[in-house]
Amino acid sequence: MASALGDGTRQSIVELLAQGPRSVGELAAALPVTRPAVSLHLKVLRDAHLVQATPVGTRRVYRLDAEGLDLMRIYLDRLWAGALDRFAEAAEAAHAAERAATPGRGRTRPSQEDQP
Amino acid sequence: MTDPTVTAGAPTASDLTPVVRQVDVAAPVDTCFRVFVDGFASWWPPEHHLGERTITDFIIEPFVGGRCYDIDTEGGECQWGTVLAIEPPARLVLAWHIQGDWTVDLDPARQSEAEVVFTAVDADHTTVRMEHRRLERHGAGAGGVRQGISSDEGWTVLLDRFADVAEGRAPRPIPGHG
Repeated sequence: MASALGDGTRQSIVELLAQGPRSVGELAAALPVTRPAVSLHLKVLRDAHLVQATPVGTRRVYRLDAEGLDLMRIYLDRLWAGALDRFAEAAEAAHAAERAATPGRGRTRPSQEDQP
Repeated sequence: MTDPTVTAGAPTASDLTPVVRQVDVAAPVDTCFRVFVDGFASWWPPEHHLGERTITDFIIEPFVGGRCYDIDTEGGECQWGTVLAIEPPARLVLAWHIQGDWTVDLDPARQSEAEVVFTAVDADHTTVRMEHRRLERHGAGAGGVRQGISSDEGWTVLLDRFADVAEGRAPRPIPGHG
């Protein structure tokens, strides 16, 4: 729905936080969105470990949780997690195909449908 | 993080510990190694490449010094890694040349390393462990990683990609580097 605006708002939040820590109210005042909307974006950013909240007195101050090399490390961690999942699926599919093509090896029988 | 002496906004030390990921695979170690190296293009996340080009293939040349590169529809090649060690079917070490600003720098002083170790559990099961280490090397030379990530093409696109992942979508492509 409003994903484009949402992404733009999240970028703006990060750019603001790159200048220094800010509260939800301060972020909302600097952005053309409501406080609840800012809170929702902050939740997405916190779930992505990009932003962290620090209690200061009675309010919470948000700041960047990752920058520079930290951000690169988070990126690589997620990249490899997704890549290795895909790798495991590919290797298991290759193994299944080889077993199907090699009667007598493994537990499965080659099915009639698999024969050329 | 809860250290009261740390004031909000104080710079924190970068976490440069290795990225370690492990996966158990229901396939023999030989198959795993072959799929990882020869079949790299069959599983590597297709959106992970530099630029807007459409990639037709990913190649790992299976010898020490071999290039890891992708090929686009125009036939252009982009090297992003180099084989540092290859010991079938047990071990593969790749140099990683992609910097934080999404440029490629082949300077060995600025490369991290991804080591992949394949361990047979039994005839049909393998544990694959990946360790991506020496991340601090990407910080060598002019602080380009931080500078690049702070740029529109680095930082905000990376952020978009994180947010995509966090919301359960596929990360969007990285524009502007072709």
